[in-house]
Amino acid sequence: MPEQVLETANSKKKGFNPIDMVLDMCAHVGGMILGFLAAVGRLSDFIARAVKHCFTPPFFPSQLGRQFIDIGYYSLPVVGMTALFTGMVLALQSYTGFTRFNAEGAIAGVVVLSITRELSPVLAGLMVAGRVGAAIAAEIGTMRVTEQIDALRTLSVNPFKYLIAPRVIAATLTLPILVLIGDIIGVYGGYIVSIYSLGFSPGSYLSQTWDTVTDIDVISGLWKAGAFGFIVSIMGCYHGFNSARGAQGVGAATTNAVVSSSILILIFNYLITQIFFS
Amino acid sequence: MSTEAIDTSLPANANDQTKIEMKGVCKQFGSNKVLNDLDLSVPAGKSLVVIGGSGTGKSVMLKSILGLIEPDKGSILIDGQESVRADAKKRNAFMHKFGMLFQGAALFDSLKIWENVAFGLIHGQGMNKKQAKEIAIEKIIAVGLREQVADLFPAELSGGMQKRVGLARAVATKPEIIFFDEPTTGLDPIMADVINHLIVEQVQGLGATALSITHDMGSVRKIADYVAMIHEGKIIWKGAVDDLDHSGNPYVEQFIHGRADGPITRRIV
Repeated sequence: MPEQVLETANSKKKGFNPIDMVLDMCAHVGGMILGFLAAVGRLSDFIARAVKHCFTPPFFPSQLGRQFIDIGYYSLPVVGMTALFTGMVLALQSYTGFTRFNAEGAIAGVVVLSITRELSPVLAGLMVAGRVGAAIAAEIGTMRVTEQIDALRTLSVNPFKYLIAPRVIAATLTLPILVLIGDIIGVYGGYIVSIYSLGFSPGSYLSQTWDTVTDIDVISGLWKAGAFGFIVSIMGCYHGFNSARGAQGVGAATTNAVVSSSILILIFNYLITQIFFS
Repeated sequence: MSTEAIDTSLPANANDQTKIEMKGVCKQFGSNKVLNDLDLSVPAGKSLVVIGGSGTGKSVMLKSILGLIEPDKGSILIDGQESVRADAKKRNAFMHKFGMLFQGAALFDSLKIWENVAFGLIHGQGMNKKQAKEIAIEKIIAVGLREQVADLFPAELSGGMQKRVGLARAVATKPEIIFFDEPTTGLDPIMADVINHLIVEQVQGLGATALSITHDMGSVRKIADYVAMIHEGKIIWKGAVDDLDHSGNPYVEQFIHGRADGPITRRIV
């Protein structure tokens, strides 16, 4: 028996062909590209259907209300805390850096611009991706696994209208509100540190803040927040809706939802910044 | 025994109207042929039970009729109308005729029991909440549960109680066709018999057509007018429930007696 195995291995070695190996590699790479394009196609189809159902009746106001509470109201503490400490740290870090150049006076401006343009929308988006994106994927994934989505269909209710549309609408509309609140809290965090720890004058700090910030700084952040809310909800719904069977499938859907929405948030943050400030 | 040449006509009365008719239905997942040219007809007002081992295509067959899975080939007629690749409006019209009891009941976790039962009435038929709640409570009582159960959540009920609620939800909209997916799986024998009894009572009360899939022979004998056996994605035997014990089909005989030896072999992977 071992001789036989050895013989087979040798004959395989003899038959080794580098062209075959290259072709195998090409086939593998081609398969991966096709798989990626198929996934992009499926996601695009899902997004198109989700958006269509956001604008066509019937609507489910009670579901929408529930999602506004779940996504918006219950995310407020985590977004608020993130913004507060980010503003505080930003003021401290800016101070230690700017004192080297005698530019302490720019701290208020740096804090307000960083918070409104970048930190508040991006960090709120990432926090909501962790909290809400994971919850959406887990809930819809469990509904898929336990046949609740099939049950919706047999009861003449379109799952896109009942499950997906309310979540997408609620996340897209509430994230800008959360970010606006985050902007205020973040700036206030910087104010607290600057006044009570670094010894700035409250009046001059506030007037510098007010003089530096412009409408577009806040508005760009709110547009980003809307886009991030859409990304978080759509990725949560997509991965949950297409969850594989079993607990492992739901776990994988949850992980994929958080990872993909976090990466997309960072990519779209750059693209939106480019659009507003290039 | 060959599974190719099978008589697909049911030995039903000549005046039985056909409610569901499947012709040459095929469904494949990757290289796995799940439904292989399947033919089946269900007479109106009768209860047909499809038996067969795990992985033989029972659930895929049921989901194909419900429109939850699109067959690759073949035709499925509901009241003589084609349902395969039906547009959304037509599909919705079919869905209004259907009620379904899922294997795990598939109750909505976030809704109270009465909201689960009334779901199809409120969201599918546009009935007002008050009236729908009254009907839901009526159905909850009809399946042998107390009225107080109406305000509980599914997680607070046992498996048997969830099945009863699932049955109440399936019949609440007075469907013309009710599907039962393994209605007694996971239940003790007494509770299984209770569910079987309720199924017969509810189906007969509505005058509905019933199509069930199960492995449970007790359930078959209790709820079936007709029985069909599926094997490797094809119907290999059909007949009246009274003929089940003398079918002359070695596949059916092996299955109903639960023998390991016979023409049905299990591949151990």
